[in-house]
Amino acid sequence: MTETMDRAGSAQVVDALLQADKVTMKFGGLVANRDVDFVIPRGSIVSLIGPNGAGKTTFFNQLTGMLEPTSGEITFNGKSIIGRTPYEIVEMGIGRTFQNIRLFGAMTVLANVMVGRHVRMHSSWWGSLLRLPAVRAEEEDTKRRAQELLERVGLPRRYEEDWAKNLPYGDQRRLELARALASEPKLLLLDEPTAGMNPGETAQMTDLIKQLRDELDLTVLLIEHDMKVVMGISERITVLDHGELLAEGKPEEIRANPAVIEAYLGKQATE
Amino acid sequence: MSTLLRRALMMGLFGGIAGVHVSLVGIVNTFQTRDLIADIVTIGSVLPMLIAIMVGWLAGSTPKHIPRPSGSTTLVHGAMAGGVVGVVLAALALLVDSVSLTWILVNARPQLANILYFEQGPGLGSVILIAGGVLLGVAGAGLHLLPRTIARALAISGVVTIIAALMEPFVGAVLRNVELRAIEGFLYQSGGLTVQGFILVFVLIAAGIYGWAKRGDRAKARVAAMPPDRRRAGKLIAYGVLFAILLILPQIVGQRLSEVVGTVGIYILLGLGLNIVVGFAGLLDLGYVAFFAVGAYTTALLTSPASPVLNPELPFWGALPFVIMAAALVGLAVGAPVLRLRGDYLAIVTLGFGEIAREIFKSAWAQPVTGGAQGILSVPEPLPFTRDPQSIYYPILFFCIIAAIAATRLAASRVGRAWNAMREDESVAEATGINTVKYKLLAFSLGAAFGCLSGAFFGTKIGVVFPDSFNILVSINALALIVLGGMGNIAGVMVGALVLVGLPELLREFAEYRLLIYGVVLVVMMILRPEGLLPSRSRRVELHDVSDEDDDDMYTDEAGIDTGRPVVST
Repeated sequence: MTETMDRAGSAQVVDALLQADKVTMKFGGLVANRDVDFVIPRGSIVSLIGPNGAGKTTFFNQLTGMLEPTSGEITFNGKSIIGRTPYEIVEMGIGRTFQNIRLFGAMTVLANVMVGRHVRMHSSWWGSLLRLPAVRAEEEDTKRRAQELLERVGLPRRYEEDWAKNLPYGDQRRLELARALASEPKLLLLDEPTAGMNPGETAQMTDLIKQLRDELDLTVLLIEHDMKVVMGISERITVLDHGELLAEGKPEEIRANPAVIEAYLGKQATE
Repeated sequence: MSTLLRRALMMGLFGGIAGVHVSLVGIVNTFQTRDLIADIVTIGSVLPMLIAIMVGWLAGSTPKHIPRPSGSTTLVHGAMAGGVVGVVLAALALLVDSVSLTWILVNARPQLANILYFEQGPGLGSVILIAGGVLLGVAGAGLHLLPRTIARALAISGVVTIIAALMEPFVGAVLRNVELRAIEGFLYQSGGLTVQGFILVFVLIAAGIYGWAKRGDRAKARVAAMPPDRRRAGKLIAYGVLFAILLILPQIVGQRLSEVVGTVGIYILLGLGLNIVVGFAGLLDLGYVAFFAVGAYTTALLTSPASPVLNPELPFWGALPFVIMAAALVGLAVGAPVLRLRGDYLAIVTLGFGEIAREIFKSAWAQPVTGGAQGILSVPEPLPFTRDPQSIYYPILFFCIIAAIAATRLAASRVGRAWNAMREDESVAEATGINTVKYKLLAFSLGAAFGCLSGAFFGTKIGVVFPDSFNILVSINALALIVLGGMGNIAGVMVGALVLVGLPELLREFAEYRLLIYGVVLVVMMILRPEGLLPSRSRRVELHDVSDEDDDDMYTDEAGIDTGRPVVST
């Protein structure tokens, strides 16, 4: 335990895009996160793993402003995000996807991505009413960028005017990714991006995530259950158990960590 | 007994009960004064027939989990159901004829029996009634055996033809106004359609609907294939023609109809505003009448010599900017406290706001300013336009056009997308970067502005503003018209206003049953076409699990595995 704390401590020296210090989240008597220290180095791909109920999603929701920590501090790019609303946090540069895909089903594929760019647009309601030239230009620009993003995540152009909810499952995941990217995030939070996918789709998705990170200068944090994905993609891994930090390190260190094997991997290793 | 047969008999029984109800509340008697086909069939006697057809249709439908029976079985089920309706109504006629029930049921007069017997006396009448029920039940069930497009064309055409007959006084007046007496004589006679008129209207409408179902897609594809500048030109011409017609409309339709058109216009404005709040942003507001009232009262207070607020008073147009400002403020005032509420809770709180608004204007406390229950008299006319229905039509038209353009532009903008996203999933919208607080308040304020504008014209149109005009029925009406027309769609709002406000205004003679008919129409709509008459594309996707190209969902709901082709047995 002390060893992992030391690792977390030493990691603070690196250029941290996001840093959480002693984050505690209590729901009444239930402690979902206790004193979690967490660092995401700029440009890295970091995974957050742990058994069910370990407090991963709760922690995630504090990063996106959907929950406010009971105590502790979270800074992004040097600024505190505590007390900020979800849309302010999107504006600061954190984008996310959802574990159970949550697209705007009755909007077109293109419109879903365009909504994602909302925070980077400036058109006011009266500008839209008057169809000012600037508003029209921005609308065109947004549409073009959205099309580019769809291409980037690998959605064919013929899907543009389809309803989001009619897309095949794997493509819905891609669309969610495009919507998150539309806000030009510096940090992308992915909640189980390969859940429900077959091995082929999973491999494609992991490649896509790596490729996006390289091309768009992203930093990525993902929650993932698929150990193959986690070990294959992550540069660092953080393990939560019972709401507390259990271990932190490189994939090979985590794989070798006895505490982690006992709490989490042990079950899988015997299988 | 098979499930389907039992179901058919139950349908027949329900139909019979509906028929008894319709007869005893007096609708049949009232409609007896109007002819569907001159001197042959009255609308009153058509009502039981319609019930038999509908029951037959329902009895012929198959629930999803049951395999489709053969064609002849379907017809038999229809016949059974229709027959039951006939038997129940014959029993009613017999009862009414032999026992005097008028002391408890005022409409149970021998005259009712006479109508039900088709004026043929009890013996032959009962036979006609039951045999007719069977035949019409078969006809209704037979709709399932026809190709879907044809069945649909026949059903819609039937309804439209009946409406055409009911509209005789107005369509006739319009035809006289534009000097087309010959056509009037051909179509109408003594308050109903002529035989040739009936056939012509029915066939034309059915053929039109069928043709559109068959060829419409191809026509649409052709339009889509046109070069953009030609399509644009075509669109402009279409709008131009529409605008030209709208400009001369009051002259075509005459004084009495212009009055109705003006009322419809006021409700279109109201509907467009409520559509922003409910249709775009998804905030169910049941107290929208509050904005309507604020608009009317602000106008009256600033312009009427009878109000003590300003002296000298503003002219109508001078007051309008203040009305819109008041609207935005009231929108914020209503919106701010309900920001955290969702769905049902929001609906209940806004319902309260609507009632509070009226009570405030009515209260003794506000009486020195608002005149209490007497209201404010002598609201001036919107000069240079007068209160004359053919004149005030123009400013209302102008603002309806402005509102429609504004709503269209907003819907297709960053703002519209944000509302749309918020309506679908508020927390995801927020996580996607939308400031939901801001966009809720914006929706309330803009919706309030349209509502107040509508109220201002309501005030100046009737010249008096008093609190009881602003009851909950206005809110319900506005909501019902956008639901019926197709939520989220601007053309839908207009159609909804025409159907829900225009038709009842024209059919004043049936005012007594207005809410009853209203209720039936809404229930039927929600079953057959929950997305409304002209839904926005996205609304249809939400309410039906079908791709957007599937237009023929009307009959699939009941028929389930309907393949679109008849199942004929040997």
